[in-house]
Amino acid sequence: MAMLSFERKYRVRGGTLIGGDLFDFWVGPFYVGFFGVTTIFCTLVGTLMIFYGAAIGGTWNPWTINIAPPDLKYGLGLAPLKDGGIWQIVTVCALGAFVSWALRQAEIARKLGMGYHIPVAYGMAVFAYFTLVVIRPVLMGAWGHGFPYGILSHLDWVSNTGYQYLHFHYNPAHMLAVTFFFTTTLALSLHGALVLSAINPAPGEDVKTAEHENTFFRDTIGYSIGTLGIHRVGLFLALSAGFWSAVCIVISGPFWTHGWPQWWGWWLNLPIWS
Amino acid sequence: MSFSLKLGAVLAGLLGLAVILLTFERPPVETVQTGFRGVALGNIANPRLQPALAAANQLPPMIPRVPSVGPRAGQAYRNVQVLGELGVAEFARTMAAMTAWVSPQQGCNYCHNPANMASDEVYTKVVARRMLQMVARINAEWKPHVLETGVTCYTCHRGNPVPLNVWSENTGPMRGEGFSASSNGQNLASPVVGDSSLPYDPFSRYLDQAVNIRVQTPDPLPAGNSQGIKDAEFTYGLMMHFSQALGVNCTTCHNSRAFSAWDQSAPQRTNAWHGIRMVRDINHNFIDPLQPLWAANPNGPPGGPQRARLGAHEDPLKVNCTTCHQGVNKPLNGVSMLRDYPELTRITNIDAPPPVRQ
Repeated sequence: MAMLSFERKYRVRGGTLIGGDLFDFWVGPFYVGFFGVTTIFCTLVGTLMIFYGAAIGGTWNPWTINIAPPDLKYGLGLAPLKDGGIWQIVTVCALGAFVSWALRQAEIARKLGMGYHIPVAYGMAVFAYFTLVVIRPVLMGAWGHGFPYGILSHLDWVSNTGYQYLHFHYNPAHMLAVTFFFTTTLALSLHGALVLSAINPAPGEDVKTAEHENTFFRDTIGYSIGTLGIHRVGLFLALSAGFWSAVCIVISGPFWTHGWPQWWGWWLNLPIWS
Repeated sequence: MSFSLKLGAVLAGLLGLAVILLTFERPPVETVQTGFRGVALGNIANPRLQPALAAANQLPPMIPRVPSVGPRAGQAYRNVQVLGELGVAEFARTMAAMTAWVSPQQGCNYCHNPANMASDEVYTKVVARRMLQMVARINAEWKPHVLETGVTCYTCHRGNPVPLNVWSENTGPMRGEGFSASSNGQNLASPVVGDSSLPYDPFSRYLDQAVNIRVQTPDPLPAGNSQGIKDAEFTYGLMMHFSQALGVNCTTCHNSRAFSAWDQSAPQRTNAWHGIRMVRDINHNFIDPLQPLWAANPNGPPGGPQRARLGAHEDPLKVNCTTCHQGVNKPLNGVSMLRDYPELTRITNIDAPPPVRQ
């Protein structure tokens, strides 16, 4: 198996969270580990269940394949396989695979003596999914409040769930989440543009340094956050976007049953101006 | 960190905590599924708010029924124009009921000259007659909306001479001229549209003028759709009112993947469509023609209650969904009051052009 000359140096034993040396090996470029095995297992079972659901669902059109959650009448119980049970199994498998993947990231970080920033960052996306299909359905009393697995069907769910609260743009956490998403892209594009501009000087000139980058932003806006700082702020913006997304959906229903514009009644009725 | 900074942070934190703890609701919530599983069609309600809402929409005590015997009111009394088919006992019962429903404090004299009950000199009697014709019209012609449940005076009035939930034309606050002059009738956090900033008078357009809602085009690659964002926002404003009035959300009628598609909408949408036409019929043919009477008595009869009978633009106070629904999707929790007062179905002489259903 092809391996770059310096790669072997980083293939170190140990650091596993579970299973000891049992799965502590590589297949080609891929580290396996106990959680690699559970990731593969959950992914395989979940994907096969989706194919099974598609096979009995009446269409192979990838846009309209729909693995729907159970009817609300099943509450938080198990549903018949063909009436939402497949969705439940797929959900368990998806969470198994996602969590395994995060733990595999943690094991690799331990091997390399790194911090856990990557599994934590990835964990925020998993947390948002967990909120959608576990926390909110549990708080509302039925698995049927989870979203369906299908390209178009999940969009229908998003749209209708928004309109169940009349005007979702008034959801305060949605406002924060959207703002963080946009700010993430702004920060990433500014950062990417800055780096590319510094290392692509005019022909014949030397590549510019971090001090040039700092000076550019000091000249533009009076402040440069710096080469390390931009990555800290990028991580903060991205994690905040995911976090407030999870908050904005978990408060819709369990903690607010009316239209979101009406939630702002407390603001409109502050004794200062009302 | 300085002390004042720490103090400020603590105060801001407490303030934020108060907002979070005091402004939200809590689980458990009640949910109803109305569509295919997983499509998020259905209602969500706070069960702790339901008892108060149900209690606010109870029927008043029923006046005991009387047999339809004896001479007809039209023969026994003078100037009985719409209730002449009733027996005198039924007539008396209907009068007693109307007093209890509309003017319980003011009594018979709110509409009648006690010295001459047949006289039309008190203007409210003429209004009451027109309103009886309106009730007959709704129960006879608008069954697609009110079904067999029907309506009575109480459905709107609830013991008030002027129903509490009415509207009049609203062109917004006075503004200067020039480039900054127009906010296009929106951006004011109006309770009419659920505290949103959507246009605060969607009623003039859709419930008085008969503007049809045609925002979405059914055509692929549309070229001739002249509807703009403003049309969508006026529509959205009206729909916010619907939702508020009925205590429901958008998915009660619509599958939001295609708002305009009837074949993907709930049957309730058909009912609402007829409701829009019914409200226009009420406003055009029964409320608007009475404007001169109210213009002559802009604060009601001398005996009170003193309440404006006209809006800011001299237009009468008109009907919208809240006038009857008052927060529940079936007025008075869906209990038929009309069944207890069959006299109201025997009103003759409705005297209005045929209803418009398009």
